[in-house]
Amino acid sequence: MSLTKSDKTIVASIWSKIATQADSIGTEALERLFTSYPQTKTYFPHFDLHHGSAQMHAHGAKVVSAIGDAVKNIDNIKSALSKLSELHAYILRVDPVNFKLLSHCLLVTVAAHFPAEFTAEAHAAWDKFLSIVSSVLTEKYR
Amino acid sequence: MVHFTAEEKAAITSVWGKVNVEETGGEALGRLLVVYPWTQRFFDSFGNLSSASAILGNPKVKAHGKKVLTSLGEAVKNLDNLKVTFSKLSELHCDKLHVDPENFRLLGNVLVVVLAIHFGKEFTPEVHAAWQKLVTGVASALAHKYH
Repeated sequence: MSLTKSDKTIVASIWSKIATQADSIGTEALERLFTSYPQTKTYFPHFDLHHGSAQMHAHGAKVVSAIGDAVKNIDNIKSALSKLSELHAYILRVDPVNFKLLSHCLLVTVAAHFPAEFTAEAHAAWDKFLSIVSSVLTEKYR
Repeated sequence: MVHFTAEEKAAITSVWGKVNVEETGGEALGRLLVVYPWTQRFFDSFGNLSSASAILGNPKVKAHGKKVLTSLGEAVKNLDNLKVTFSKLSELHCDKLHVDPENFRLLGNVLVVVLAIHFGKEFTPEVHAAWQKLVTGVASALAHKYH
């Protein structure tokens, strides 16, 4: 699975909307993840996971910022996320199934915030893009 | 078995009450076919599925989407009894339609995205979670009779 030229254009266009509310979108995606999939909280025993917590806010911002890096380096996501890939493989070791869950929650968040822009094509391009980002992040697992 | 709290049931029925079944069904099925093109394998007889706009405008896609979502309405009315409610449909999807249950999960998630588009802020994390539980329960009920 790789991104077509058209996919890349759409990804960038939706990103420009996300960027206007980056931190809150990241935080909301995490909130949705923990609410819909409570088992994902097992990776954050050290966090205050209440709505509005500073840690949630900081972590949400971090996640979306990394996605932004992937967008800005869309022709070489592997290289852009190389350090993060190692972090997830050797230190965090988040089970790969969870990337699908977070990707879905990100899509739901973006859909809720930008209904007009989140067309079927945008949905497809972003689902594909996040799937590729997930692949890169789990690439060094074994 | 899936158990819904009173709050979850309220979240589900409240959203369902505002859903345009025909439109939302067509949108959800259409998006499934666009976002996960391999799902088109079940719909060779549907005609033009060559582009996103062709798919979303396709009358057979719309009609079938409506059928599928109407069936979900049965789930909403029978939240405590999903496996029994979908027993016959489960047999149909296995024995006659030969649909991999993974497709039920994909469609469920696409439906959740469509609801997010329609309801925006109102589709809070809690309402969203209730619907995830529902679509998971339905997918599971539809897979229950597989052999």
